[in-house]
Amino acid sequence: MTIAGLIFSNIHDNSIPEMTRRRTIGSIPYGCRYRLIDFALSNMVNSGITNVGIVTHYNYQSLLDHVGNGKDWDLARRSGGIKLLPPYVAAYENTAAGKLYENRLEALMGVGNFINRCGAEYLVLSDCDSILNIDLKKVVEDHVASGAYVTIVTKKLDKGSYRFEQPVSVLKTDENNRITDLADFCPEKGGVTISTNIMVISRADLQAVVADSLARGHKSFHKDILAKNLKKKVIRAYPFDGWYSVISSLDSYYQSSMELLKSDVRTDLFRHAERRIYTKVRNSAPTRYVAGAIVQNSLIADGCVIEGTVENCILFRGVRVGRGSVVKNCILLQDTYVGANVSLNCVITDKNVVIKDDRNLSGHESMPFFIDKNVTV
Amino acid sequence: MFKKKECVAMLLAGGQGSRLYALTQKTAKPSVSYGGKYRIIDFPLSNCVNSGIDTVGVLTQYQPLLLNDYIGNGLPWDLDRTFGGVKILPPYQGQSGADWYKGTANAIWQNMAFINRYDPDYVLVLSGDHIYKMDYAKMLAFHKQKGADCTIAVLNVSLEEASRFGIMSAHEDGTIYKFTEKPKNPDSTLASMGIYIFNREKLEKYLEADSRDPASANDFGKNVIPAMLAAKEKMVAYPFEGYWKDVGTIASLWEANMDLLAEKPELNLSDESWRIYSRHGGEAPQYLGKNAMVSNSSLTAGCGIYGIVRNSVLGPDVVVEEGALVEDSVLMDGVTVRAGATVRYSILDSRVEIGEGATVGTYRINASDVTVVGADVKVPAGEKVPVGAMLSEA
Repeated sequence: MTIAGLIFSNIHDNSIPEMTRRRTIGSIPYGCRYRLIDFALSNMVNSGITNVGIVTHYNYQSLLDHVGNGKDWDLARRSGGIKLLPPYVAAYENTAAGKLYENRLEALMGVGNFINRCGAEYLVLSDCDSILNIDLKKVVEDHVASGAYVTIVTKKLDKGSYRFEQPVSVLKTDENNRITDLADFCPEKGGVTISTNIMVISRADLQAVVADSLARGHKSFHKDILAKNLKKKVIRAYPFDGWYSVISSLDSYYQSSMELLKSDVRTDLFRHAERRIYTKVRNSAPTRYVAGAIVQNSLIADGCVIEGTVENCILFRGVRVGRGSVVKNCILLQDTYVGANVSLNCVITDKNVVIKDDRNLSGHESMPFFIDKNVTV
Repeated sequence: MFKKKECVAMLLAGGQGSRLYALTQKTAKPSVSYGGKYRIIDFPLSNCVNSGIDTVGVLTQYQPLLLNDYIGNGLPWDLDRTFGGVKILPPYQGQSGADWYKGTANAIWQNMAFINRYDPDYVLVLSGDHIYKMDYAKMLAFHKQKGADCTIAVLNVSLEEASRFGIMSAHEDGTIYKFTEKPKNPDSTLASMGIYIFNREKLEKYLEADSRDPASANDFGKNVIPAMLAAKEKMVAYPFEGYWKDVGTIASLWEANMDLLAEKPELNLSDESWRIYSRHGGEAPQYLGKNAMVSNSSLTAGCGIYGIVRNSVLGPDVVVEEGALVEDSVLMDGVTVRAGATVRYSILDSRVEIGEGATVGTYRINASDVTVVGADVKVPAGEKVPVGAMLSEA
C-alpha cells in the first residue's frame, strides 16, 4: 500500500488575518518552536508517508524558508520527499485554470500533475489549521478495509460553548461511522462532530473527482463532492479521540496555545515515543534563567534569557524578558524583546516585537492584545 | 566532480578521556555532553564549518559507536556534502597488515590517502577535547602570511599551569625556537592548544619519517613537532585569545558547564554569527510547572521542571519532580530526579534516574569532589550516594 500526502497550506488563511498578512496559515508559529504545518508534515512522516506535496497559494515565502528541502522532517529525498507546489497562474493566464485558485477543488486541479505522477494508491489530504498527533497509517488502513469512497478524520467537540468565526464542516454519522449529513456552519454549542479536514481517498478516485469537476464546473469539495454523494457513496468518519485543536481566529489561537500548559495535552501532542513533532532546527543556545527569575506554569523554547517573572506563558525561541518585568498569560513569538520593569497580561506579540522599559500592556483572555511583527512599543 | 580543497581538517577523536572515568566508560571523550545540548565535538566541527572548511576527517578508535551515530552524515553541521563533508575514519586493514592508531601522528599518517584525495595545500589538525570558538580561516591566513611550514595555536597560560601543557618559546615575530612537553620549569607561558596547520608536503614528509622510526611514540607533541624544529623548519605560534577549556577531568568539565551561568558568559553560545551546531531529537519545548523554582540555570528542550533547580545546567528531556532539588549540578539528557530527591554538586550522565527521596552529593565545599553517576544508573529510592562517589553500570 503506497500513500502520498497533500497539504493545503493556505486554505484557512482568512481565519486569522492578524497573523497571515505576511505568511500562510501553515507557517503561523505555534507552541514555542513549531509552525502549524509541522503537525501536518510530522503526522505524515511519522505514518510512513514520505511523498508529500505542499499546495501553496500566495504569501508563501516564510513557508519556503521554513520547509526548505525538507531535511528537518527527513524528507530531503531523491525519490519522493517534499514537493512544493506553487500555483500555476502565469502559465495558464486567461484560461479556466488561469486564476489563482479559490477553493480546494481548483487547488486540486492545479496540482493534477503531482496527483497523476505520485504513483501512490492512496492520498491523504490535510489542511494546516488542525493541531493533533495522529497515526495516519491507521486511518488509511481503516479506509481500505471499509472500502469507503472517502474517509474523513472527525473529532467530536466537547460540550460547552464555542465561538467559531469561520464555518467548519459539521457532520452526522450512523452507527457504522458512515456520514449521513454534512454541512458547513459555525457551531455554537459543543457536542457536535466536525471534520478535521484530514481525508483519505484513492488516487484513482481523486483523479476522477478532479476531471469531473473540471467538466462540470464544480466549486466546492465539501458541497459538490462529499455532501451531494452521501447517499450514493460511502463517505466514512474516522473518529479521532486524542487532543485536537482547530485555529479559526486569533482568539482560538490564544485558547489553543494556552491548552498546551496542561500536562495531558502536552503528553498527547508531544510525547508519543514513535511520533515526535519535527520542526526547522534553529540551533539556539539553551535557555538561561538568571538568578532572580521566577518562571511558573510556562512552556518555553530554547534560546531565551529570562530575568523577570513569567507566569502562564508560551515563549518562543530567542525571547528576552528583562529584570523586574512581569509577563502573565502571554504568547511571545520568536525574538520578542521585553525590556525592564514591563508589565504584560494577555498579550500576543508577533516576531521581533520590542517592548521598551516600563511599558504596561494588557488584553483580556477573551480578547488578547495583538502586536504585529517588527513593531516597537 | 573532482575539485581541490585548499585546506582539509583532521579531527583526532579517538581519545579515551580516561580521567573522565564513568562518563567515558561507554563512549569516547569527544561525544561527552556539554552545556546541555552540545557534545564536545560540536565545537571543532562548528568551528570548521564557520571557518569555511567543509572537509573534515574524524579519526575514531575508542568506543566509536555513539560518536559514529552522532556525526552520522554530518547533516546538523551542514557537512553532508557531495564532495568533502565529514568522514569518519576508523583504523582499517591494509594490504601490509592492520594497525590500531598508535599515536596522534600515526593516525594522520594512516589516513594520508584520504587527505591526498582532496589535494589540499594545507592540513589542519584538531583535537576533540576542547571547548572554544575559533576562526581557523584567520589562523590559515596568518600561516600563509608568515610563510610558515607549521603554525601552532597557542594560549597564554599562567606560569603555574604551564607545566601541564606543551610549552612553546617564540621570538617577537612568532617564530618558535623551542618546544617542551609538560616542562618542570617552564621558560615561557605559551601553551599549545593542540591545533596545528601544516603545509601538506611537509606534513607528509615528517609523518613518513616518523613512521619509519621504531623508537617514536608517533605523537605530534612528542615526536613530529620536535623533529620539525630540529630540522629548522619555519614554525610559528598563532596567539589565540578567548575562552578555551580543556574538559579532560571531572572537575574541569563541571567548571566549564558552570562558566555558562555567568552573567555574561565568556563563551557566548547565542552569537548568531558563530553558531555552535548540534544534533537534535525533536524534543518538545521545556515546561516549568506551577511550583517550579528555576534560577541561575540553563535548560534545554524537553525538560519538565516541577521542583527546584539552582545553579545547574540541564540537558534535553530532564525531569525534576515536585519537591526535588537540583543544585550546582550538571544533568545530561534524559535524567529523571524523582520527588523529594536531592542532587547537589554532581554530574549525572545520560538517562540516570534518582529514586524518590534519594540524596546524591552534598553542598559544594572547598576542594571537595564532584559526585558522578554514570549513564543509565538507577539510584534506588532513599539511597544516599556519598560525596565524590563515582557510580557506573556494572
